[in-house]
Amino acid sequence: MAKTYFTADHEWLRVEGGVATVGITDYAQEQLGDLVFVELPEIGRKLAKGDTAVVVESVKAASDVYAPVDGEITEANGSLSADPSLVNSAATGDGWLWKMKLSNEGQLDSLMDEAAYKAHIG
Amino acid sequence: MTGQDTRHLPLEDLHQAAGARFGAFAGWSMPLTYPPGVMKEHLHTREHAGLFDISHMKLFEVDGPGAAALLNRACPLDAVTLDISQSKYTFFLNEAAGIIDDLIVTRLGQDRFMVVANAGNAIEDEKHLRALSANFDARVSPLDRVFLAIQGPDAWAALARAGIETGSLLFMHGIEPRQNWFMSRSGYTGEDGFEIGLPEKDARDLVAKLLEDERVQWIGLAARDSLRLEAGLCLHGQDLTPGIDPASAGLMWAIPKDVRASGAFIGADALRSILERGPSQRRVGLKPDGRQPVRAGATLVDAGGNPAGHVTSGGFGPSTGHPVAMGYVDTALAKAGTKLFADVRGTKIPIDVTSLPFTPHRYRKG
Repeated sequence: MAKTYFTADHEWLRVEGGVATVGITDYAQEQLGDLVFVELPEIGRKLAKGDTAVVVESVKAASDVYAPVDGEITEANGSLSADPSLVNSAATGDGWLWKMKLSNEGQLDSLMDEAAYKAHIG
Repeated sequence: MTGQDTRHLPLEDLHQAAGARFGAFAGWSMPLTYPPGVMKEHLHTREHAGLFDISHMKLFEVDGPGAAALLNRACPLDAVTLDISQSKYTFFLNEAAGIIDDLIVTRLGQDRFMVVANAGNAIEDEKHLRALSANFDARVSPLDRVFLAIQGPDAWAALARAGIETGSLLFMHGIEPRQNWFMSRSGYTGEDGFEIGLPEKDARDLVAKLLEDERVQWIGLAARDSLRLEAGLCLHGQDLTPGIDPASAGLMWAIPKDVRASGAFIGADALRSILERGPSQRRVGLKPDGRQPVRAGATLVDAGGNPAGHVTSGGFGPSTGHPVAMGYVDTALAKAGTKLFADVRGTKIPIDVTSLPFTPHRYRKG
């Protein structure tokens, strides 16, 4: 059974079998505006919580997306190379950014559930 | 803008009602985007008509028997030979021929001129012009106006529908169609269009009429920036600074030949010596390979890894469908087609020197 978590930096994680699929929230994509490029991470890269995993670029600016927990990149969403606007149109679905194998599942406890995240963005 | 409160547009309530997202620019709280978003706003302007609130920019009236002489001193310009209603893109230069600001000067009458200056430099510009005016029989009066731009192929028709005829007005000409109005056929998008300075009450009436027309939409500052960048137009503070002269900036077309040779403008000697030895760097268009934008501040190197220049503006061009940029490179590398590399977060992105603009200008010149 997959469980979804949220961070204060407006990312979502869907965790299943020790692997998290990570993306940005609908709120975040709306703040960023139309995305024109996503710099995807290398498979196998090890990230510590807070490391820059992905850079998303809108018409106007580049923004970092941070690793919400420790882990190793297992997959990047290649369809964003051809169509970065998927992040705008389907932030929590086809617009996912990367998958990572968690190395410290205990870190999930400090993240928010959907109700807490909704309260966070007001 | 340090130590100053953020300034608010007189029509801010209209932008709020339209759902604008605001951000700070040059000391002002400005609408950055509206609900359609920068991409759609940009394309709408190129296809129909975009309405921009540019009241952060400053209009100065310069009048008096010495007005033309004052402007000839402040700018590399021959204000005396400007026809009435003719506009000219020009600059305030410092003694080293560095660009203090870029402006548009329009002759309104025998001894009256309108100067349109950038928001970020308005205070400095006024000080500079006032200090110079002590030596001339001329007055400098900042005007309290709302300033709107309407840009795009349907701009003239939308204005006509709103009761404002523009038929006889050509690109880079300006008139006073009503009391306390100033309207010029000019803009910052590369499209046909108009800029209109007018009292707030008149502006509210005009905006209401224009927005009844489905061809007209509010456009935010984000699309204003991508439109001007595609059009190859400079943003002062980025592409032009007091450390950059008009020759390096590739803007000598704005300075008439006889003014270059014999003009008494501030910075004339410095500019002549720069022209004699040739500028060491040149402003160029830059087209990155692929989809990744290369932004202001990125450094450029040549194929051998030697420093080649830097990027001053960069982003994505919604009309071109690829990233666009401009910047300065060593004169030897300024030829269109030269292949360089931009450093983006440690990755070298191939980037080609290219001619400007990226999208052809569609001005109504006659």
